[in-house]
Amino acid sequence: MDLWYTEQHSKYAQFSIKIDRQLASVKSDFQRIDVFESKGFGRILTLDGYLMVTEKDEFIYHDMITHIPMATNPNIRKVLVIGAGDGGTVRELLRYETIEHIDMVEIDEDVVKVCKEFLPFTACGLEDERVHLYFEDGLKFVRRKEGEYDLILVDSTDPFGPGEGLFTKEFYGNCYKALNETGILVNQHESVYYESYAVSMKRAHQRIKECFPIAKVYQAHIPTYPSGHWLFGFASKKYDPIQDLDTGRWNELGIKTKYYNTDLHIGAFALPNYVKEQLEDE
Amino acid sequence: MNILLQQKAPIHEALQRHKLNRVVPFDVPGHKGGRGNKELTDFLGEKCLKLDVNSMKPLDNLTHPVSVIKEAEEIAADAFGAKAALFIVNGTTASVQGMVMSVCKAGDKIIMPRNVHRSAINALVVCGAVPVYVNPGVNKNLGIPLGMSVIEVEKAIKENPEAKAILVNNPTYYGICSNLREIVRVAHRHNIKVLVDEAHGTHFYFGENMPVSAMAAGADMAAVSMHKTGGSLTQSSFLLCGEGVNPDYVRQIINLTQTTSGSYLLMVSLDIARKNLSLKGKEIFKKTVELAKYARGEINKLGGYYAFAEEIMDGDTTYDFDPTKLSVHTRKVGLAGVEVYDLLRDEYGIQVEFGDISNFLAIVSAGDREFEIERLIASLSEIKRLYGKDDISGMLDHEYINPDVAMIPQKAFYSVKKSLPIQDSIGEICGEFVMCYPPGIPILAPGERITEEVIQYIQYAKEKGSFLTGTEDMNVENINVVLR
Repeated sequence: MDLWYTEQHSKYAQFSIKIDRQLASVKSDFQRIDVFESKGFGRILTLDGYLMVTEKDEFIYHDMITHIPMATNPNIRKVLVIGAGDGGTVRELLRYETIEHIDMVEIDEDVVKVCKEFLPFTACGLEDERVHLYFEDGLKFVRRKEGEYDLILVDSTDPFGPGEGLFTKEFYGNCYKALNETGILVNQHESVYYESYAVSMKRAHQRIKECFPIAKVYQAHIPTYPSGHWLFGFASKKYDPIQDLDTGRWNELGIKTKYYNTDLHIGAFALPNYVKEQLEDE
Repeated sequence: MNILLQQKAPIHEALQRHKLNRVVPFDVPGHKGGRGNKELTDFLGEKCLKLDVNSMKPLDNLTHPVSVIKEAEEIAADAFGAKAALFIVNGTTASVQGMVMSVCKAGDKIIMPRNVHRSAINALVVCGAVPVYVNPGVNKNLGIPLGMSVIEVEKAIKENPEAKAILVNNPTYYGICSNLREIVRVAHRHNIKVLVDEAHGTHFYFGENMPVSAMAAGADMAAVSMHKTGGSLTQSSFLLCGEGVNPDYVRQIINLTQTTSGSYLLMVSLDIARKNLSLKGKEIFKKTVELAKYARGEINKLGGYYAFAEEIMDGDTTYDFDPTKLSVHTRKVGLAGVEVYDLLRDEYGIQVEFGDISNFLAIVSAGDREFEIERLIASLSEIKRLYGKDDISGMLDHEYINPDVAMIPQKAFYSVKKSLPIQDSIGEICGEFVMCYPPGIPILAPGERITEEVIQYIQYAKEKGSFLTGTEDMNVENINVVLR
């Protein structure tokens, strides 16, 4: 049988993975959720046909969205995670004993259900007692909070569909309000290689810059995401991700990671020229 | 309403047949199904251009319907509970003018509130009818004009027993309804026709637990802006006739000014939108009301903003309230409605319907999704946090100025005029319109005395960023006044 999953990365480029079998297909109130089993990438989660997580390379994304802010401010205790229904981000956060409380807000309960059943490698931490799950609109949740969190991680889908509201100025502004005076906001920032993604990335960055005094962008190499080159936004009220990085302190924690290390932390903020130009473009 | 009948859409069906027939066009429009204008076809789509056709025997003719348009109009009349329904493609402005001109001739009096849309006063300029203004109540707290009080209507009739018609604006832009049934009773007792500008009330005919519709209240005519909340294309509208008027005469009046090349895109949109509302309206407007209600609750929790609803009903000038309207009072946030309107668009990419001195209005419809409502609420929360002011002194708080009608609108509009800087025009008779658009309710109409209060209002509206229109001077710095 010749079964392939294909995602359109641009009008002129597509990316395919050989599929062994389909494990689940659920139509939720918000989107279509599919899980596939593959030989090359292990289990794969897609939402509305867009690839979200593969078992083979999810560690890169989850390392980078979590450890960069955690190494910048090791005193983080209370975290809000928006999106992240697969649980990978929470799994990484739970490795820090200093974190006391995680609120996770995912709009689609079915994503969590499916992931708990089929993606135990990421969803394993969702039952932890420090984790509090809310199934509602992220924007709605965050606008009712004030000065509460040390860190907000926005692990969203793309800026079309259910994740659209998480790329807006009102969302970033409300995140600012929900953070305390040392608060950090990290969000997945799309990519600039393909034009359709570049527009959303530039707009997101511009809006974050208007809200936060410190707003930087860092990168990671994620093979299964469009272009393989993915960006994250780091915004903060006080801490600079490089100047305030205490490499010794993080390394003492002894957290074993597959992608992240403190050298790479610094290097990740060194961006290619074409990315820099696009960021300065606005 | 006959549900079996409502499943039909005669114009839609006729256009489908026409497409299948592959008729060779040697008539207008000259783009010939889009082949003659490739760029437009690429932009709008071939399907759309192929349906942009002219009247022909199988498709009927809007100026004199005898087949499919006639049938579609009859089904629409059934849907609205009207004696007749006319398809209008020149906007609800044409419906309103058609109503006024069907019952008033030059010199006839028509009773109306002053907070009507410009289209109604335009009709007076065209046909020469004389307005008798009834002061709508004003909600001082919100700074908005309300509906018509039955007592005021009775008084106006007593003073003007020869009046031919009453025009009621129901609901107002803000969702305020008058006691329509009682106004109809009073007017009919005096042989006066009741015309209802129902531009914002399409859903009254199809939703549940809505304020009474014009036709159900026994009004003689109603202008229904199907394109506003009914789902048809912009510029399409219905003119409804009740028992008291002859629809064939009304069509003659409409034909005086309506295009003879009625757009089938607009007509088919009316046909399909009517079908959709007849079959699914209850469900659609239930969802709309739920969304609006949720938004009001959340906006009121933000503090400062006041999204008002049924609680402002007073049994008189606010007899009923349209629950789909999301009108928000902003003055206590320290911002004019129009300032919030501008911030929402410029900073947050959200376009609401209009903002005036003290309020803004967001249109909620079945086309909205929860997360867009969340964006609006979250943006308002941000606007309050970032731009709100504690000091609200110095903010103008009135929205309605009682007009002093010194000359009938037609005479003033067509008289010899001179242009004066607005601030130097106190005491003169205005020869044109001045209004903020939207909402398009004139601050000054032709024939009205210009007062200091009016000029203050215009200047304040300008300062706050309202888009002023109506004057011949495109910069709205000079005003045409009647030469004495």
